Amino acid sequence: MQFDVIFEPATLKLFWQGILVSLKLLVISVSIGALLSIPLAVLRVSRNKWLSTPVWLYTYVMRGTPMLIQVYLIYYGVAQLDIVQANWDTVALFKPFKDALFCCVLAFTLNTCAYTTEMLAGAIRDTNHGEVEAAKAMGMSKWQVMRRIVLPSALRRTLPSYSNEVIMMLHGTSLASTVPALMDITGAARSVYSDYYLPFEAFITAGAIYLVLTFTLVGLFKLAERRWLAYLQPRKA
Amino acid sequence: MKKTALFGAIALALSVAASAKEWKEIRVGIDATYKPFTYKTPDGKPTGFDVDIANALCAELKAKCVFVEQAWDGMIPGLNAKKYDAIVSSMSITEERKRAVDFTGKYYNTPSRIVVKLGGAIKNVPADLKGKKIGVLKGSTQEKYAKGELEGAGAVVVPYEAQDQVYLDIKSGRLDGTVADSVEVYEGFLKTADGKGWGFVGPVLNEPKYFGEGAGIAVRKSDQDLKAALNKAIGTIRANGTWKKINDKYFNFEVWGK
Repeated sequence: MQFDVIFEPATLKLFWQGILVSLKLLVISVSIGALLSIPLAVLRVSRNKWLSTPVWLYTYVMRGTPMLIQVYLIYYGVAQLDIVQANWDTVALFKPFKDALFCCVLAFTLNTCAYTTEMLAGAIRDTNHGEVEAAKAMGMSKWQVMRRIVLPSALRRTLPSYSNEVIMMLHGTSLASTVPALMDITGAARSVYSDYYLPFEAFITAGAIYLVLTFTLVGLFKLAERRWLAYLQPRKA
Repeated sequence: MKKTALFGAIALALSVAASAKEWKEIRVGIDATYKPFTYKTPDGKPTGFDVDIANALCAELKAKCVFVEQAWDGMIPGLNAKKYDAIVSSMSITEERKRAVDFTGKYYNTPSRIVVKLGGAIKNVPADLKGKKIGVLKGSTQEKYAKGELEGAGAVVVPYEAQDQVYLDIKSGRLDGTVADSVEVYEGFLKTADGKGWGFVGPVLNEPKYFGEGAGIAVRKSDQDLKAALNKAIGTIRANGTWKKINDKYFNFEVWGK
């Protein structure tokens, strides 16, 4: 074991930049994914087939294929299309695909959004009938029931499973290391590995960093649950 | 105490067995993305200059070559983890690698070059590379060179998992150039339809500081017998014309080098 290599300033800097890239990927994709998932979940539970089926198809495809495949398809696949290659310096729609960070964020966002949509849709369906009935009895419209009663409660009840999704996404960002030009935590570890031929030291360091980040996330979600799910906690003596 | 003694005896027995090991089968690590040195036929069989050399050496040692594929950045760790016994995959002999493994003498030596689009903005290297994206193979001598010499001149060095991915991203327009072995890049890219309009720029690159003394076969430091046997076999195939025959199969000039 030669951990002294890990603690050299250059290596530490590499890992630090890796942490920043990983967190950037996580924060962007998870926040956009979460925002998009709210309207999608509402559509997903709609009784109108024309609204719910496209969303179902989207979540079905995204949840049915590995995220690595999605990253490859977007980074290498799209870039090999002749129409994209010919136009991506001119057409604004294609331009971002030249950028590695954008390709990763797009894949991650599409992926996490699909999972979050299904979780939220499940929570919406699970809403206590009594609450909905009471709201209707108060004379609220369908949208008012959704906005004032169902969504706030569903969002809260999704929190525990959503914390898992965010943690899975943190680990999923390691797939960014398969895209060149992106040096996330795993990418930094791979670079140390190929430069110094030290697999154990490099990947143990990366693992430890992920562990610390995961526990920080778990702690933050614990706080959030205490705040927003207090009414579901067993009563303390 | 007894247990330690027993383990000691077993370890001793094993090490004796290992040192007396006949090399009936040599597992050869390759990264089959490096045309024409190491690549695969359309039906998936390993082929190329490296593979033919390995087979010729195995034949010389009356052993069987078994090829094991490994991504480039894990080549040396894989050797030390005993996933294979030798690396015959155009690996340059460098001081850094010598710290981790042992090398035979070279079996060929070709220089590296910088490749960019001809007639474009890049005419003088490294001055014109400022802000340009240069793709290199992760963990390669060319990566060391690009990071050491080109990054200082303002080039953005992007490391890739495999050299063929570099060509994909050159084709797609994400990269402005690459640094690669001159023969490899010529056969694997410049000669193909995608390489049209691209070419070498700047001088031949062979500074030993970055590029070492040519491509050798890497073996574990503990396998001195294999190293000696391979060195002898390289001498034999070089002398008896087998090397020349393999060389002529792939190239119209000698790649033995200086």
